[in-house]
Amino acid sequence: MRFLLVEDSEDLARAVASRLAMEGHGVDHAATLADARHFLESVPYDLILLDISLPDGDGRDFLVRERAARRDTPVIMMTASASVSDRVGTLDQGADDYITKPFDFGELQARCRAVLRRHAGAADSRRHFAGFVFDALAATVTVGPETRELRARELRLLEILLSRPGQAYSKAHLIDRLFSFDEEVSDNAIEVYVGRLRRKLEGSGARLETLRGVGYRLIPE
Amino acid sequence: MTPRALRRWLEPARLRSLRRRLVWQFLVLSALLVAGLFLTVGWVAERASRASQDAVLGAAVTAIAEGIRSVDEGLEMDLPYATFSMLGAMGDERIFYAVTVGGQVVTGYEGLPPPPDVPDGVAPVFWRADYQGAALRLASVARPMLIDQRLSQVTVSLGQTRQGQAAIARETALGATWVALAFLALALPVALLAAQAVLAPVQRLAEVVSARGPRDLSPVRHPAPRELAPLLRALNGLIARLRAALELAETFIFEAAHRIRTPLSLVRTEAELALSETTDPATRARLRRMVRAINESSRSASQILDHAMVMYRSDQFDAGPVDLSVLTGSVLRAIRPLAEMRDITIVARGLDSACPVVADERMLEIALRNILDNAVKYSDADGRITLDLAHQGREAVLTLADEGRGLQGDPSRLLDRFHRGANVGDVAGSGLGLTIVAEVAAAHRGRFRLTPRDTGGTCAVLSLPLA
Repeated sequence: MRFLLVEDSEDLARAVASRLAMEGHGVDHAATLADARHFLESVPYDLILLDISLPDGDGRDFLVRERAARRDTPVIMMTASASVSDRVGTLDQGADDYITKPFDFGELQARCRAVLRRHAGAADSRRHFAGFVFDALAATVTVGPETRELRARELRLLEILLSRPGQAYSKAHLIDRLFSFDEEVSDNAIEVYVGRLRRKLEGSGARLETLRGVGYRLIPE
Repeated sequence: MTPRALRRWLEPARLRSLRRRLVWQFLVLSALLVAGLFLTVGWVAERASRASQDAVLGAAVTAIAEGIRSVDEGLEMDLPYATFSMLGAMGDERIFYAVTVGGQVVTGYEGLPPPPDVPDGVAPVFWRADYQGAALRLASVARPMLIDQRLSQVTVSLGQTRQGQAAIARETALGATWVALAFLALALPVALLAAQAVLAPVQRLAEVVSARGPRDLSPVRHPAPRELAPLLRALNGLIARLRAALELAETFIFEAAHRIRTPLSLVRTEAELALSETTDPATRARLRRMVRAINESSRSASQILDHAMVMYRSDQFDAGPVDLSVLTGSVLRAIRPLAEMRDITIVARGLDSACPVVADERMLEIALRNILDNAVKYSDADGRITLDLAHQGREAVLTLADEGRGLQGDPSRLLDRFHRGANVGDVAGSGLGLTIVAEVAAAHRGRFRLTPRDTGGTCAVLSLPLA
C-alpha cells in the first residue's frame, strides 16, 4: 500500500515512516499542505495520514477541500489534541478515522487496516501462494473450495511471513509486531498463534516451519 | 424617640423571619394609627360640639344683653326664657350667668369669674373657666349704658357646663376607634396573605437556584422584582468569578495535555523503532518499560483532559436530542480496531432500533468511549465483550459485559477519582475513566454501576432517562 504522511514534525514523520516501511508500505512524507497537494497531484495513494496543525494551515480545511473536489482517498487524522470536538468535527468533515498522539503503532496499523477494509474493492488485495489465496482486507484464506476466516493476529502473522516467504523471523521480532508493547507477553505466546495459523493453512501447499533456536518461516512444500 | 430607636423597636432582632417582621410592623403601625385616629376624632368632635355650643351661648348672651334697659333706679332686665329653654335643649347641663356693671355683680351668680378680655365689640367673646368644680364654657358681651347720668360698661356673662358635650365627643371617638379596630381585624389576614405574596418571589428565586445541576455555573436568569435585583446581581457576580477560575484551570489543562502529547509521540515511536532494531534482551526490556511508561502518561493525559471536558461541559450543559444507538455505533466503530488488535470480539445488540435521549452529545461520547475502552483494556486476548442497548421502562439501558479479570474490592469505590482496582496488574490507566462515566451519568440524571458477573468478568450498566 502507498501512504501519504502529512506531518510537520520531521522527527516524528521519519519515525512513523520507517515503522510503516517495516510493514511493507511505501510512505511519502509531506511537511506542509502545499507539499501534500503536490504529491497528491502526481501519485495515487491508498491512504492519507493527516496531521491537524500544519505550518501552512489546518489539516481539516485541507480535508474539506479534498472532499469537496470529490477526491475520496481515505484519510486518518492525527492530532495531539484529544478534545472530543476535534474528533466529532473531523469525522463530520469526511475523515475516515482519527488517532490521538502519542499513538501505539499497533493501533495506527489496526486503524489503517480497518479504514482500508472499508474502502476495499478499489485495489485487489488477494495474494496467491503455494495452493492458497490470502485476502488481507477480507481477512480470509481460501484453500481449495474452502474459505477460512482469520482472526486479527493470525492475519498479521501471515502478512509478516508472506512479506518475504522463506525468510526466518525470530520470536522476538514477531512478538514486537503482533503484540502491543503494553502487554506483558512471554516468548511462548507466539506459539499459540503459529499453531492456529497452521490449522488455517492445513491442506494447502504451504508449510509454516519451526527453525529451532531461530524462529519461523513460511515455505511451499 | 430617635428614628433609630424607633426602628429598633419596630424590628426586634429576634424577628429573623421576614414574614413575621412584616406582620409585626403592620401591627405596630396600625396600633399607632388607631390611637391617632382616636385622638383626632375626639378632638374634631369636641371642636364641633364647642362650635355649636358657642353659637347657642352667643345668641343667648346677646339676647340677654338686648333685654337690659337703663331706668331711673338703675337697670331693668327681661330674662329671655326662650333663650334659656334653647340652652336647656343642649342636654343635661347647668347654666350660670352674671350681669356686672363696672366689675360689680348686679344680678346672677356671685363669684362667676370675669372674662379675661373685656369685650368691646358687638360680638360676644368666648372663653373657659372652672366654677363650682365644673368646667364651664362662657360667652360674654359688653354694652355701654347711661346709668345715673354716667356712662357705664354693662357686661353680661353666660356659662354652661360641658359634661354632656365632652361625653358625646368621647363616644364619637370611641365609636370611630371600634370601627378602625374592626377594619384592622379584617386587614390582619389580608396582611398575612400580602406578606406571603411579597415574599413569594424570594421563595421562587431560591427554588430556581437550588434546582440547578451540581455544576451549573451559568448566570441566574430569573425574573425577579426590582428589590431583589441587587441580590441577583451579587449572586451572578459570584457565579461569574467562580466560572472564570474554573475556565482558567481548564484552559491550562487543555494546553498542558497538548504540549505533553507531541514530544511523547516522538519518544514513543522512536522507542518502538529502537525496540525492533535491538536483539539484546536487557535493552529490549528497558525499552519496553519505557514504552509502557509513555503509554501510561499519555492515557492519564487523555483522561484528565476528558475529565476536564466533562466538568466544563456540565457547566454549560448543552443538551439536545441524541440517538444513543447511533452514537454508540460510531464509538464502537472507533474502538473496534483496538479490540481486534488483541482478537477481542465485540458483539453488539439493540443498536438497530432508535434510542432517543436528551443529552450533551460530546459528554455522552466521552462516557461511551471510556466504558468501551475500559472493557477492551481489561479483557483478555481472544475475549468477548457483549454490548446490549435496551429500553427498560422509561430508561435507556446500556449494558457492557466482559469476560475480563472482574472486580476486586468495593465496586462503588472504583468510581472515585484516581481509585483503581486491586487487580489492575499491568494495565495502564489513571483511575479516572469510570469516574468520568459516573459524572456524565449524574449530569444526565442517569446512573452508572459496576457489578461482577457470575461467570467472571464485569458488567457495566449505564442508564439514562429516555427522551
